[in-house]
Amino acid sequence: MISIKGLNIELRDFHLRDINLDVAQNEFFILMGPTGAGKTLLLEAIAGLAPVKSGKIFIGGNDIIGLPPEKRGIGIVYQDYALFPHLSVKENILYGLNFHKADKKEAQQRLAQLIETLDLFHLLHRRPANLSGGEKQRISLARALMVDPAVLLLDEPLSALDPQFKADVRAALKRLHETSRTTFLMVTHDFTDALSLGGRAAVMHNGLIEQVGAIEEIFKRPASAFVAGFVGMKNLFPAEFSKNKATFSGLEIELAGAPTNGHGYIAIRPEDIVISRQILSSSMRNSFRGVVAGILDQGFYYELRVQTQEVSFTSIITKSSLIELGIQESADVVVSFKASAVHFF
Amino acid sequence: MMLTRRTITRGPFFWLSVSSGIVIMAFILLPLIQLFVAPSVEMLRVSIQDKDVAHSIWLSIYTAALAALISFFFGTPLAYLLARHDFKGKRIVEGIIDLPIAIPHPVVGIAILGVAGKNHVFGQLLAELGIRVMGSVTGIVTVLTFVALPFYLDAAKAGFEAVSPRLEKVSRSLGASMFSTFFRITFPLAWRSMLVGLIMSSARAIGEFGAVVIVAYHPMIAPVLIYERFEAYGLKYSQPVAVWLVLISLILFFLLRILTLRKTVEQ
Repeated sequence: MISIKGLNIELRDFHLRDINLDVAQNEFFILMGPTGAGKTLLLEAIAGLAPVKSGKIFIGGNDIIGLPPEKRGIGIVYQDYALFPHLSVKENILYGLNFHKADKKEAQQRLAQLIETLDLFHLLHRRPANLSGGEKQRISLARALMVDPAVLLLDEPLSALDPQFKADVRAALKRLHETSRTTFLMVTHDFTDALSLGGRAAVMHNGLIEQVGAIEEIFKRPASAFVAGFVGMKNLFPAEFSKNKATFSGLEIELAGAPTNGHGYIAIRPEDIVISRQILSSSMRNSFRGVVAGILDQGFYYELRVQTQEVSFTSIITKSSLIELGIQESADVVVSFKASAVHFF
Repeated sequence: MMLTRRTITRGPFFWLSVSSGIVIMAFILLPLIQLFVAPSVEMLRVSIQDKDVAHSIWLSIYTAALAALISFFFGTPLAYLLARHDFKGKRIVEGIIDLPIAIPHPVVGIAILGVAGKNHVFGQLLAELGIRVMGSVTGIVTVLTFVALPFYLDAAKAGFEAVSPRLEKVSRSLGASMFSTFFRITFPLAWRSMLVGLIMSSARAIGEFGAVVIVAYHPMIAPVLIYERFEAYGLKYSQPVAVWLVLISLILFFLLRILTLRKTVEQ
């Protein structure tokens, strides 16, 4: 559906370099990356709203690089809703029909369906100014989908919303995606959104795509140190590999497979590291004695830093476990993790 | 001066601020009040019935309005360009636009005559086309546009800048061309600023004396007539004309205040 080949963009301080991306028809594709990675710029380039230096963008097989935005059939939804403040909610939703030849009956049906799915009926005659963020974003979704675009671009549509509205809009997005033929491409830095909505994803960093794949895959098997750090792999160490063992800073770690590269990185998610006071007799093949070097209150859980020889591991632990184990600064503990919890690349 | 906050400690600094405020109010209002009370109603009536006075005020109004309209037609696209696009030399262009504000008024008149006179190719071209700048309404409108343009451009530019570019982007993505987007989205959201710009530029134009008097002593706009009456007959005879001119400027000023106030209330 969307096929991007060798896209380069230079815009003041921003550069996108050699972007290659394929998104299938009706896929819900996620674009992740830190602020300044160039995600919004990529979206605007697809929509024809940012100047492209070189490369091609195909939608349904047609090269659209030369087309103005109004001829591309691509909808866009921004984080800040971008509703037209001088028009009523209904006029906002119907705005696109001024420029599309649509069958009246079909348009009526579509409107009714969008109003129903997004629960907008009671708002139709209001102005957008005093509505809640959730309401505004639902309106902006209805406005974009009213013209039945081939592709809908979503630029962090949920990140400005309060938690209670976030779940609403997320659910609405899921319903809309399931009931339409439109291909969704969403920028987010929220992993909950990515995991609950998306199928495949790309991680961007500094204007480059670092990794493309199924979201679970990206979380489980980050392809680079950056992606590992970005998806929350706090325990990331450069290591030497031999057969199914990794060594670094005097520690030897057992792996679930044998890396083919002689040296690279290993990464372990904090939640995969178990903390105990004595060595556990379990299937966990990696156990190391250490000392608690720091306890950080994270609200629902505690983040624990454990120093073993030269290496510092980060783990998370609930408050009750913390009390139960009597863990405090400089207490002796054991960190354990399964061989399969160790990611290498 | 409204002093609604009771928690303010009224020290010497506070009283210094208040007294300087009173001095400024008096400085602005006293001469204006004196101007209005000096001529009797009878004198005002006689003065507006004087053909020269009525003519000059009418000339002032419509040349100022023309200057504002010319600023509107030529200035709007440039104001939009400056509000939306970054390019090399943008600061220089913005500086050039504000130049007329900084140049002494008689110099404006002299500069324009330099280009429009017989000694310049451009002036010769105008003469061949039968367009006269010196001593003509064309000349008056030319210098008034020169001094009024920055006021319209700055107001319109600020108006366009206040409209988020994302609204235009969304409009384009929904199928609207740039022209449709401008007339359906940008203009409805920026028209108030454009109108404020029109009023500011015409208010600026209606008060111009120095530049006009160089280019066209005749036909006589109101400020030139006031000056002539003062020179020839003295203060008493210039005051009624001045009152009429000030009244018209005040009407413009109040329109401006009403429009800008309503804008802040809406936001």
